[in-house]
Amino acid sequence: MMHHLPILQVIVPLMAAPFVALLRGRDAAWAVTTLVTGLSFAISILLYLQVTASGQTLIYNLGGWAAPVGIVYVIDAASALVLPVITGIGFVVTLAARHLVSAEIAARDHALFYTAWLLTLAGMIGQVTTGDAFNIFVFLEISSLSAYALVAMGAGRDRRALPAAFNYLVLGTVGATFYVIGLGLLYMLTGTLNLEDLHVRLADVEQTRAVFAAMAFIALGLFLKIAIFPLHFWLVPAYSYAPSAVSALMAATATKVSIYVLIRVMFGVFGYSFMGVSDGLGTLLLALGIAGAFAGTLAAILETDLKRLFAQSSIAQLGYMAIGIGILTPAGLAAAFLHLFNHALMKGALFLAVGIIGAQGGRATLKSIEGAGRQIPMTMTAILFGGLALIGVPLTAGFISKLYLVRALIESDLWMLAALTFVSSALALAYVWKIVEAAWLKPRPENAPILRETPIIWGPAWILILATFGFGIFAGPLVESAFAAAQLFFGGGA
Amino acid sequence: MSSLLGQWNYFLVIILMMLGFYAVIARGNLVKKMVGLNIFQTSVFLLYISIGKVTGGTAPILTGDPSTVYSNPLPHVLILTAIVVGIATTAVGYALIIRIQESFGSIEDDEINAVMEAPDKGAAS
Repeated sequence: MMHHLPILQVIVPLMAAPFVALLRGRDAAWAVTTLVTGLSFAISILLYLQVTASGQTLIYNLGGWAAPVGIVYVIDAASALVLPVITGIGFVVTLAARHLVSAEIAARDHALFYTAWLLTLAGMIGQVTTGDAFNIFVFLEISSLSAYALVAMGAGRDRRALPAAFNYLVLGTVGATFYVIGLGLLYMLTGTLNLEDLHVRLADVEQTRAVFAAMAFIALGLFLKIAIFPLHFWLVPAYSYAPSAVSALMAATATKVSIYVLIRVMFGVFGYSFMGVSDGLGTLLLALGIAGAFAGTLAAILETDLKRLFAQSSIAQLGYMAIGIGILTPAGLAAAFLHLFNHALMKGALFLAVGIIGAQGGRATLKSIEGAGRQIPMTMTAILFGGLALIGVPLTAGFISKLYLVRALIESDLWMLAALTFVSSALALAYVWKIVEAAWLKPRPENAPILRETPIIWGPAWILILATFGFGIFAGPLVESAFAAAQLFFGGGA
Repeated sequence: MSSLLGQWNYFLVIILMMLGFYAVIARGNLVKKMVGLNIFQTSVFLLYISIGKVTGGTAPILTGDPSTVYSNPLPHVLILTAIVVGIATTAVGYALIIRIQESFGSIEDDEINAVMEAPDKGAAS
């Protein structure tokens, strides 16, 4: 049983999805989904413990065919770190989904909603687990196609979800197709699709122009999927018009998985010493990362709609991850992994809390939360703490990742970037303050609707907020895992 | 010159790719965007399929004769998967277009954007 965990991680949600589609009634589909996501979370924790305890990489040969002939699933320090993020967020958001989904989506669509929900999770898990480059594309499309459907389901509330989903579909497909073009070129050169094998065989053809073209195509395709500035225009409408539960799931996990795939391909296939990476992609990521950090933060300051505000802030946070990757040192990559982990917790909590307001009719805007701090204190405090974590205030997980990012920048003598990172983080204070001002310093307008909350509704958001503090105060094991994951791509070269 | 002509398949792929990509970017009509996207994807299918071609090769069927020259089946199988993905994408895309037509009364980018940017017009109708 333990031996089969890598494959169970993927097929449990994948097989459960069609089953859920057959269920009827309001709660049956939700209950099964909760069970399945809980099971996935448990599996990923077991995998994490197994990998960290042994310090070895788990390799699962599908159908008993070993690489490079067969397809392998690889659980190493990096994927073991990212899997619990996806499944854990998936589980907690599913807990909250019951309330949010029944408020926002017609009852007859619930079973199909949870089917798409499980498929998108299975696709994301698959991308992280697999050791085969074409498999990544297939899982990417599984998760994306169901994500388009999930975003479009926001149309019951706000019809603008439909064009948002369509644009997301067009740009997502272009991104995935670019990835496949690059992969085709690599296959022409090497005759293999196994990630590890690709790395070994690329050494012979490293200086050909085709390798650079392949890298450019793959990187561009993944930049689109990650929504790295300036390729981020699909993200803000898609996240802000999607149903609240979908916003929380996607903002916390979807782009993170693409970041992971970028790291896998950039360092695992091409390698940090490959000229296209060391002279091209690294610098490009640093430049786009810091530009995105400023563009996202400034756009967030100007927003008045909370979902759009936090979506813009995601652009900025993705920028910090891009910087971490672009430094091209183990310390920088570890910072990127840390921020990937921590940001998932914060954004999941924030979008859940905003969803509580959105589910009670109307959008959550600075106007509609005026004076809400006293009416729904637990929800608004969750937003406040999530916002503080985004800025990077000490004791929160956001502080840890910013600390390691700035340290990695200084170690590489990138003082200017370190200063700019600090400045853009401080600017985040402006948009968090706007929320504090509206929620606590302004009185509730007399004709404003009364907002409600109960522990069942704010509980899941608080689980993530407490996790943010937990990993901010007891950061040791997580930092260790992040460095182990980063070392993987700088150690023996493979 | 001969090397250029010998690679005519790649030129065809690039031309198709750019035609499709142009349609995706430049066309305001959502259906035309989807058509462009399909052409774009198809060009990649052709790229993969022509990779697998071996001159003088036959269908990859085991004959027991080691001297049989056969085409590389792997890229073809990969594209079989990619075609399925492409069909799924097209289906979701057109389903969305139908819903957009139903609730916006238009499938033109600029008319939809006018609604998207106007405040308070998003409420379900």
